[in-house]
This record gives sequence, C-alpha cells and structure tokens, in this order.
Amino acid sequence: MMAETRSKGGVEEIIADTETGLSLVVENGVAIITYDQPSSPVNTLNSRVAPVFDRLFTRIEQDAAIAGAVLVSGKSDTWIAGADIEELGRIESAAQGEALSRGGHALLDRLAALKKPVVAAIHGAALGGGLEVALACRYRIATEHAKTVLALPEVQLGLIPGAGGTQRLPRTVGLQAALDMILTGRNIKARKAWQMGLVHELVHPAILRDVAMRRVHDLAAGRPLPVKPRKGSAATVLLEENALGRKLVFRKAREGVLEKTKGKYPAPLAAIDVIQHGYAEGMEAGLREEARVFGELTVSPVSRQLAGIFFATTALKKDNGLPDGVTATPRPVKKIGVLGAGFMGAGITTVAVQAGTQVRLKDASVERLASGWRAVRDVVRERLRKRQITRLQMDDTMSLVGGTTDYRGFANVDLVIEAVFEDLAVKHQVLHEVQSVAPNAIFASNTSTIPIRDIAAAAARPELVVGMHFFSPVHKMPLLEVIVTPETSAETTATVVQYGRQLGKTVIVVQDGAGFYVNRILAPYINEAGRLLDEGARIEEVDAALADFGFPVGPITLLDEVGLDIAGKSGPIMAAAFGDRMLPSETLRRVVESGRLGRKAKNGFYRYDEAGKRQGVDESVYALTPAGASRKTVPASEIQQRCVLPMLNEAVRCLQHGIVRSARDGDIGAIFGIGFPPFLGGPFRHLDTIGLPVALAQLEALNLRFPGRFEPAALLREMANAGRRFHP
Amino acid sequence: MPTFGNGRRVAIIAGVRTPFARSGTALKDYTAIDLGRFAVGELVQRTSLDGAAVDLLVYGTVVQSVMAPNIAREVALMPHFPKTLQAFTVSRACASANQAITDAADQIALGHADVAIAGGSESLTQVPILHSRGMSDILVAASKAKTMSQRVATLARIRPKDFVPITPAIAEPSTGESMGQSADKMAKINGISREAQDRFALRSHQHAARGLDDGRLTAEIAPVPVPPKYDAMLATDNGVRRDSTYEQLSSLKPVFDRQYGTVTAGNASPLTDGASAVLLMSEERAKALGYTPLAYIRSYAYAAVDPAEQLLQAPVLAAPLALSRAGLSLGDIDLVEMHEAFAAQVLSNIQGLASKTWAARAGLSAPVGEVDPERLNVMGGSLSIGHPFGATGARVLTTLCNELSRRGGQFGMLTVCAAGGMGHAMVVERA
Repeated sequence: MMAETRSKGGVEEIIADTETGLSLVVENGVAIITYDQPSSPVNTLNSRVAPVFDRLFTRIEQDAAIAGAVLVSGKSDTWIAGADIEELGRIESAAQGEALSRGGHALLDRLAALKKPVVAAIHGAALGGGLEVALACRYRIATEHAKTVLALPEVQLGLIPGAGGTQRLPRTVGLQAALDMILTGRNIKARKAWQMGLVHELVHPAILRDVAMRRVHDLAAGRPLPVKPRKGSAATVLLEENALGRKLVFRKAREGVLEKTKGKYPAPLAAIDVIQHGYAEGMEAGLREEARVFGELTVSPVSRQLAGIFFATTALKKDNGLPDGVTATPRPVKKIGVLGAGFMGAGITTVAVQAGTQVRLKDASVERLASGWRAVRDVVRERLRKRQITRLQMDDTMSLVGGTTDYRGFANVDLVIEAVFEDLAVKHQVLHEVQSVAPNAIFASNTSTIPIRDIAAAAARPELVVGMHFFSPVHKMPLLEVIVTPETSAETTATVVQYGRQLGKTVIVVQDGAGFYVNRILAPYINEAGRLLDEGARIEEVDAALADFGFPVGPITLLDEVGLDIAGKSGPIMAAAFGDRMLPSETLRRVVESGRLGRKAKNGFYRYDEAGKRQGVDESVYALTPAGASRKTVPASEIQQRCVLPMLNEAVRCLQHGIVRSARDGDIGAIFGIGFPPFLGGPFRHLDTIGLPVALAQLEALNLRFPGRFEPAALLREMANAGRRFHP
Repeated sequence: MPTFGNGRRVAIIAGVRTPFARSGTALKDYTAIDLGRFAVGELVQRTSLDGAAVDLLVYGTVVQSVMAPNIAREVALMPHFPKTLQAFTVSRACASANQAITDAADQIALGHADVAIAGGSESLTQVPILHSRGMSDILVAASKAKTMSQRVATLARIRPKDFVPITPAIAEPSTGESMGQSADKMAKINGISREAQDRFALRSHQHAARGLDDGRLTAEIAPVPVPPKYDAMLATDNGVRRDSTYEQLSSLKPVFDRQYGTVTAGNASPLTDGASAVLLMSEERAKALGYTPLAYIRSYAYAAVDPAEQLLQAPVLAAPLALSRAGLSLGDIDLVEMHEAFAAQVLSNIQGLASKTWAARAGLSAPVGEVDPERLNVMGGSLSIGHPFGATGARVLTTLCNELSRRGGQFGMLTVCAAGGMGHAMVVERA
C-alpha cells in the first residue's frame, strides 16, 4: 500500500506507507521520516516495518536532492517503544528468534553505513529496539522533556537487546554505563542521556525538528558541530580502554548479577557474555553472538513467564475491575481522607500525595500526626535526594498533606481510607463518623484481617464500602488488593480500581473472605514453615530453601519483617475461617506468646544489632519450640514442596470459590503481593509448568503423611483428571 | 443593609493561620512563602473548597523577599489551585494583611471576583541581610567589568568595613525613630503608666492562654511540622506565657529609653514568624456553594497621622471613619479586636477614642466613645499571641468573626496600627 507521489515543480516528494505508518517527506533537501503506527498509542517495531525502512533508505541513497534524513515519531509521548512483544511471543524456535535478530542487524547495519547522515530526533520514550535504531543513526538529538527517556529494558522480559544494542551501546557510552543500562533496563532521562554521551544534543521540543534538519546539513557538509558530545572521566577511560580493566569490570558485573538474581535469570549473564564477546572478537562477531543468544532466550521458560507477567499487568491496566459486561463510570478522586497516621496510614498518604491527591490525614493527637507527616516526608525527601524530583516538587507534594485531629475538611472528600486499629468496633465507629460528615464518600478499609462485609454491616450505605488492601511498605509494594462485597456498587469498585492505578499500583479485585486472596494463600505457606520448625528443622535452612526457590526472603525472615504480633493475630483468624488445615504452627504461637515482636523490636527469630542490622539466627528461640534445642536437617526439596504446594493448592481453592476472578489475577497477586518468584510466572503458571497431575500426586502423597493439611482442592483434582491447564 | 461597595456584600467564610512562633524558634527554617502555603493549604482543605473556584489570591508581607517579591503568586502556585489563579502581594506595614483583605473585598464588591483568599505572612527570622553601599557598588562594577584584570582591580577596592552587613531595622525612614521609641514617646505624651502597660500585657497573656486552652484560639491554627527533624508539630502559639506575673513584668528593664522609658520586652509585641489566610466570597457565591458565612464586611477605613508625632495613633482616626461608613456608633459594637503592637499604643488608642481633642481632629463633635474592656481583645492579642507583621491582620479578623459568632453578637470592629503613622479599622456584621 505504498503511495508515492512526485510533484515535478513542487518542493516536496512524499512516500507514505499506510499499513506501517511510515512516511517520508522532503523538506529543504532533508528527508523527514515520520513513524506513526496506525491504531496504536505507541510505535513498535514489527516484521512489517523492516522492508519499508529498506525502501526509504534506498530512496535517500539514490536521490541526489536529499542531503540526509531525520527520523521522528508521529506520537506525542513516545518515539519508538521497542519490539512488538506479541510478535516475539509467537516465536517458536531459537532459530526463528535468531533469524529475527539477524534481520534487524542487516537493517540497522545498512542504516549505520548510509553515506548520508541520519539524525534521530527523539521526543518521548526510545526503548529497546527503538533505542537500537537511534544508536545506528549518525547523530541523536533528544528533547529535554519528562517524557523523553531512553532504555534497553529487554532483560526485564528475560531477553537481551537483539538489534545490535549489546554492541553499539558500549561503543557509544562506554562499557560500564552500557552494562548498567542493559543489566537493569532502567530508564535514562534526557539530561542524563546527554551527560553520558548517549545523545549528542538536548533541545526544547518546539525546535527539535528544525535543529535536526540543520544538523543533517552540517553533517553532510562536514561542518564542525556546535555541540560536542561528553567524554567519560579519566578513571572510566583507564578502566575501559584496556583488556585487563575490562576483565575486572566484567567480573564485577557478573558478581553483581549473581547476587541479585541468584542465578534464576539467565538474560543478564547472557548479556554480559555477548558484550564481552564483542570486545574480544569484534563487532561483527558480537552481533552474530547477540542474535544466537537472543534466539535462545526468546524461547526460554523464564522469558515466556516474564512476558506473561507483562501481558497480564498490561491487561490489568485496562481492566475496570468489574465482572464481564458490567460497566460503570469511575468517579474522579481529588481529595481523600486517611484515618490513622500510623505506618499504613502514612504509607497510603505518601502514595496519594505523590499522585497529586489532597489528603486529609486524621489521627487522635498532634503527636501522631507529626510522626505520620514525618514518615511521608522521609519517603518524598528520599526521592529528592535521588534527584527524581525537584525541591519545588517535594514542597508541592508535602503541601497536599493536611493533618487534622477532627473531621473538618472531610465534607468534599471523594474517598476515605481507614487504617485505624484492627478492631471491628473501632472500624464501625469511624465508619459512622465518616458517613455522617461525608455521606457520599466511598469508605475503604485497609484491614488485612477483618472481612469487609462485617465492616459494611454497620454502614448506612453499604454500596460505598470496599476494601483497599495495601501492602507494606506502601510506597514500594506494587500490589493493591481491592475487596468487594456483594453489596459494593459497580461505581465504587470502578472508582477505587482506577484510583489504585493512579497511585501506581497493579490492582486485582477479589471477593470478600478471610485473608482475601494474598494473605489467604500466604497462611498455609507460613504455617508449614512453622511446622517444619516444630519438627526440628533449622530456621536458616527453611529460609535458605525458600529463598533458593526464588522468594525474595524466606518465610521465617518474612515473619520477623512483618512483625510477630501482626502475624500472630492473623493465624487464629484464618484457622477460625478455614478449620484445621489453616492451624498456625505451635512454634509461631509460642514465640508470639513469649513477647518477641520481630525486627521492629530487634527481637525475633533472628538476632539484630543495635542499629537493627540482622545477625544470625537467635538459637534461644529453639527452646520455645516443641522440638526444643535438638535440630535436624530437612532436605531443601522437602521444605520447598511442603511450603509451596499448599500455597498453590490454596490459590486453586481461591479460584474455585471465586475469590480471585481469574488465574491471571491469582498469578499477579502472588507475584506482586508476596514476591512469588516471577520467573515461575505465579502459582497457576507454575502448576501448569509442573503439570497438574504431578502436583496432585505430590499433594496426595503429603496428605497421607500429614492428614488434612494437603487435601487437594477439588478444582485441581477436576482439572488434572480432565487434562486441563489454568492458562492456555 | 449597608454595603461598602456597589451592593455586593462580601462574606467572610473562614480563617486559618499557622501557629505564631517567636522568631528564631520553631518556625525559623521556613520562609514567608512556606508559612503562607501552610496557612492557605489548610484553609482550602478545611473549608472543603475546590481550588478551581478561587478567582484571586492577595497576600501581605512587610519584609519582602529579594528572591520572590510577589509571594502571593508563589503561594497561588500550590497544587491546590489551577496555575491560572492570579495573585498579587501588598505591603502596608503591620496592616498588610488588612490591605490584602480589603483589596480582595473590593474586587468582590466590584464584581471582578466571587471567591478570594487573602492574608499575609512574615518570617522575621529569614530576613534579607544587605551588603553595605560600598560593597554593592564594587560588586556591580565588577559584574560589568569586561576583562578579568578589570574585574580583579575592581574587587581589590573592597575594604574590611565594606563587609559589615546592614540588617533592616524596624525604624521609620522619615524620622529614624524605632517603633519602640515611638511607643515610649506615646506613653509619655498620653501619660500611660508603666503599671498600666504591664497590667495590660499580663491581661493579654492570660486571655490568650485561656483561648488556647479552651480551644477557641487553637481552632484557628493549622498545626505545622517543626524543622529540621520534623518529629513534632507546633499547634499552639509559643509566645503565650501562662505563668507570667505582674511582678515579673514590672521587673523588666525598659529597652528603648533606659532612663525615662516604660516600654519593655514584656509590654511590647515580640518579633514573630507566622502566616494567616481568610476565605472571602460574594454573598451570592457563598450561598450557591453552600457555605454559611461567619460574618460580612460592613465597612472599613484607613487613616494616617504625622509619623513624627504619635506614630501608632492613626486607628483613632480610622475607627470613627469606619463606624460612620457603617452607619454605627461604638456603642453598637459587640466585640472589638485591637492589634496590640505595644501596650502603650493600645492604651493610647483607647484614650484617644475617648478624647475630645482626637474627636476634633477626626472632625467629630463628640468623642467616639469608651471601649468596654469586657469586649476588647477577649482572647489576648499581639502582645501575647505574637505579631508576624504581614499576617496579623487576617489573624485579628478571624478571631473577631469566630468569637462574634460564638457570642451571637451582631457587630464587630477591629483596628490595626501600622508604621508610617497609619491606621486601619473594619466593621463586620453577622447575617
């Protein structure tokens, strides 16, 4: 569908490919290539664009009237956001992935080798393949704008850059800077990109195109450019410009990666290998290696799971949280009330003011308000320290926190989130108070233990009552669990789901019930870890086995972090709701009774020094456990099976009873709420991987050894017998 | 129903202020802009106001920031408002917030605005310190130098005396007299005894303490976190001395005239940091938005005297003017708030209002009248609460309206004296 016009007497010649959205216009001897992918909010690189680019390059090369080209985006916020991930998901073999990469190499090698200068005029995000295209251009200009960020985020999807990024980036910005970008995938803001030499010039968006066109002529004429790229420091050059120094850098990078990934994620290590290969054997060999490794990784299980998470979170961003076919218009939320300035209340306030919401933060005393205000400030101040925000932005953010000891100023709040003491009578009291001062406000409880329907029972308008279960620390934990009761209105649900996303959270909607979803599947896991201690397992071995499974920390460490008082409270509630299979371990019960509180009191299963830094296991805990001081070694595989299987089993029960709407939500909730290993894709993906019949058999075997606790969920049995999977 | 404008009554909806803190104490790390943002932010939140409804923000300040001379605009750029909220800063010495309020009220009365925020802010800790004239001349010359050697030569002209900085003093440019000296002089002219001053100061502290303890004053205050640790919030005025005694006050030495003077640190208002703000609306808009006004502005007036004579006596001329514009007499007034710069000044003002001489100067045939002590500054005043110059006016108006409403009174009057020999009075009415 390539339309080509050539107006003989005119000044413009146009090529427009409507299918890909690529077009070329000649202005003052410069070919302006605009990419504006149709019916897509962003520009991605798919298999269809390569031949069109090829054709445009040919035109530029052959037309003597063209001095060079400028590459711009037709989108307002993005330049080129990377490869089409769905297309990557359809790759079936390593060879196919490798071929895709080689195709990209051929195209970008041609771009890099064009005799005429091509200038990347970057406004908006240049990510992954997008940045790789820019790197192949002769010259890069970026706009100094908040939307302009550059990154190679492939490792976050379990991949490595596959269009020359592993080779061109180190040659552009130096080895260490390139390793940092490729191994973390983090976004580089425009100014930083300019400082590190990733782009040559920074301009205001209004003059981007003009300056880019001017640079084409400057480059074509061989004129010296007014702006020189930045050079690295002497130390950087010394370290990177000789083989010995580089060897040191690579070794450090590998150590750093292994410490972070514990060997569970192959992509970062593979990226280091490929970069090193390029240094040793040259660019061409580096590119060939890049393609080979890229191909392997595209079909690797880890990459498939990470892509699955990407698709799930992308889908959740568009989900209104309502049952299929139900729609409701979410109310705008401009001002909220937060009841309780404690740890959670302050945390919720923090994310709310950072999202630009006015917050009425209420507590009983000015002293408690002061500590809450300070907790908010500490988080915001940290962002200033890291230069993520300016001083003015910090002041503006803090100005949105309005501390109060009464309900003045609640008349126009759109939403109230309570984080008061976990006691039903207290919750009822604040609910009454709120409904009298702000009768139309949505009332959300941040409870983690009390069923929302019990709270809503006291409401004049139960349709406005909902649960918003944030995880601690609120500003870091990415999940928000929204809990609805049968009476919660669609508008209420849609509003808190949308607002939760405004706060930067991934939101799953779950049905009411003890522990909701996340804490419910966590309970049997924690209980079983405690039972292993009951039987005489060592604390550090239980933790190590599950950290090795892929959890960020082991369950006993988690107990210390959460606080033993809090953990001790939820155990009996779960047991009361679900019976003996959720009975807390004897060890936890006794340790809680002994008055240990965990890290916050520097007194838990582990020892802590004065500064709160963790030391070793506190061996004196063992005296409190049924097995006493005598300890035995339990194989890691048994620890993993006994703790993880009941978590998976409980997740299936939640799906069976409609607590979670889908396996997708269950996977995301476990990964973002508990830290379930992302490379396993979540409980349901993991069950699919190990095979439902295998999981069923393992549970049944355990249930024989420990009757009751491992009784397989009916849905698991049913699906295993029918040969079905949770995900297609 | 009298109005001061073209028939549009101006309603006072609410007022909020930061705690007032003796300068150099709890709020010393905040600029006047920071303090103003605390007061205005809380005003918006507490009144459940939609920031987009505000048409105008006027703010008063005395010691102007060199870096941000229009502090009103800096306050208006808070995230609570759209960036389109226009704002300007005014200065009329200690009546700056009053000027802000009457400017905003005028705009409402004229129909140019329906919702306005007015108030003021002052940091008397963070005051600009100036270079000496000699130093400034050299620095300006150096900045204009074309070559490095010229610049070095220019800078070499700096002498040690040039480094002595100039701190702005609270002195009248026209007379060179400090305000304390003026107050001392007024005490002498009007025969205000040291004992009367000390007893009035004591009364101020006792009344303020009661207002803070029973919550009437505290209700006006937005708690402000205390830097640099931010581990506490200041929710009360820290200059109010609950344990003050007459004996203590009477033992203090005069500050301004050590030989014959009677003005001491105890019967003068302290240097103070703080900010305040009031929400004003046209009567119709208040009704449309569902607000119940505390009171309405019935009239106001400004007046001035020769600063060389009795610097702080102009309220005596402003009050009768405001009363006559209101069509009222002092006897109609249920509650009076007089700004207390100095006890000697308040007592001189009261005396002036009752005097035939001052009545004649105001062009009246009879004195304005006796101020009933039971209706005067019933929750203390600037002597105890403190006096952040630019903020006091909105504090006084807020207290007046709140208390008038609590007492179920009909009319209230406030007066404020100001440097330059100026005075202000305003009459408010309920319903």
